[in-house]
Parts: sequence; structure tokens; C-alpha cells
Amino acid sequence: MSTPAPRPRIRLDKKDAKKGDLVEVKALVSHIMESGQRKDKDGNLIPRKIINKFTCEVNGKVVFACDLEPAVSANPYMQFKFRAEESGKVVLTWIDDDGSKIVGEDQITVS
Amino acid sequence: MTMTVSRREALALSAGAVAVLAFGSAGPAFAKNDSDDLIKAFTGGKTPTKGKVRLDLPDIAENGNTVPLAFSVESPMTDASHVTDVLIVADGNPRAGVATFHFSPRSGVAEAATRIRLAETQNVIAVAKMNDGSLFMDTRQVKVTIGGCGG
Repeated sequence: MSTPAPRPRIRLDKKDAKKGDLVEVKALVSHIMESGQRKDKDGNLIPRKIINKFTCEVNGKVVFACDLEPAVSANPYMQFKFRAEESGKVVLTWIDDDGSKIVGEDQITVS
Repeated sequence: MTMTVSRREALALSAGAVAVLAFGSAGPAFAKNDSDDLIKAFTGGKTPTKGKVRLDLPDIAENGNTVPLAFSVESPMTDASHVTDVLIVADGNPRAGVATFHFSPRSGVAEAATRIRLAETQNVIAVAKMNDGSLFMDTRQVKVTIGGCGG
């Protein structure tokens, strides 16, 4: 295991929000999303390896989550919104089939 | 035993075969994979109403490996009335499941976008579940030029 965990790219459309504002999140993580349907050149099935769950927590509260299937493209892209209620950490977590996690963070300030 | 087929018969046979093929593809749309089962498991057997859900996909996808998908569901997203889950299935992929999105009043709106794989021309279906148990859906057909599941 020499490859470092990929660094996700996260973008909030605003860093400072008024209470009740909608904040848009765009997130991209590098991942093969191997479907488990493909065969290698010897005809053997390549085992499935995908991100199967994605969550977004703001101050520890889940505001958005998604269960992914192999039909989600490689390097999964997620775009969604949440309602700004309080300042705090925005934590995005991608969970791999093998149990490993990729975590990315940002910050939101709510006035 | 030998079987001779005259040129005329051969032509008639192949014409018949073409007719059968054409008929096969022109028949009523039916799910080729487990999409019906997935929807049934999600809805608990209830039939979703068309409406409230807006599914956005290109009419024609040149590359089935990465097809942009977006959806939004009409809802005030308050504690009293909000969307809890949205199921996305594709009825022509080897497996129908694409993704299930989970929302709460903290989401503010029930909308999201991602990129998906489509193996061939098919229907993509979005089913939304509300906190009161009501169900809504939308369907879009996408024509796929290059499939997204090849090795």
C-alpha cells in the first residue's frame, strides 16, 4: 500500500452564510469505482471495489448522505445543498468497499 | 440428409428474421434487470405518483461512462413535510441500482447531482419518498452512443 489516500476536492459556494441560507457543495474524489462487471484480459472478473457510501456532516449532524452502486462513474462527483444553521466544520466522508475512509473537511461561518 | 434452399426461399427466410428482430425491439418496454424489484423494495409495493420529482439527464449520452444526472424534488423540507429518500435506478444496466440519496430538513432542498454509467439506451427512474410515506417519480430515457460497462 504505497498509494496515499486521494485528497478529495471540495468546494462550497460560500464560506460565510446567513442563517437559513442554502450552501451548495461540490465534491470530487479520485476513485476507480471498479464495477465488478468487467473482465481482465484473461477473462477473469475484476473484483468490485467502489465507494459505497458518502455522507456530509455539518457540526456532526448529517445533512446529506448517499448510497452508491457500481453504476456511479469513476471519480464520483457529488453536488448537493444544505441549510446553514450554525458555524462549524463541514466533513465529507467516502467509504470504500474495503472499509477504508476518505475524509475531507471545510468550514462554514454562519452569521 | 441434404437441405437445399433456393435463393428465393433464402431471401424470404432472412426477411422473416428481420421482421422478428424489428418486432422484438418494437414491443412494449419491459425491464431487463432487477429495476422493478428494487423499486418495489423501496416503495413497499406502493405505486409512486408521477410528478413532484424532476429528473435531468441528457437525451443523448455520447459516452455512457459518465452521464450527468441531476434531480430535484418539490418539498418545503420542513420537519412536518420533507423528502427522506430518493432512489435512482437504470432499467438497462447489468444491475439496476444507481444510488440512493438521503435527505433531512437540514438539507434545505431535496436536490443533488452526480455522474453515472449507462450500459446502453435505457430509462432512468427516480423515486422520491416523503416523510409521510407518499411516493413520487419521474422517468427519462437516455440514448447511449457508447456504452459505459465495457471492459
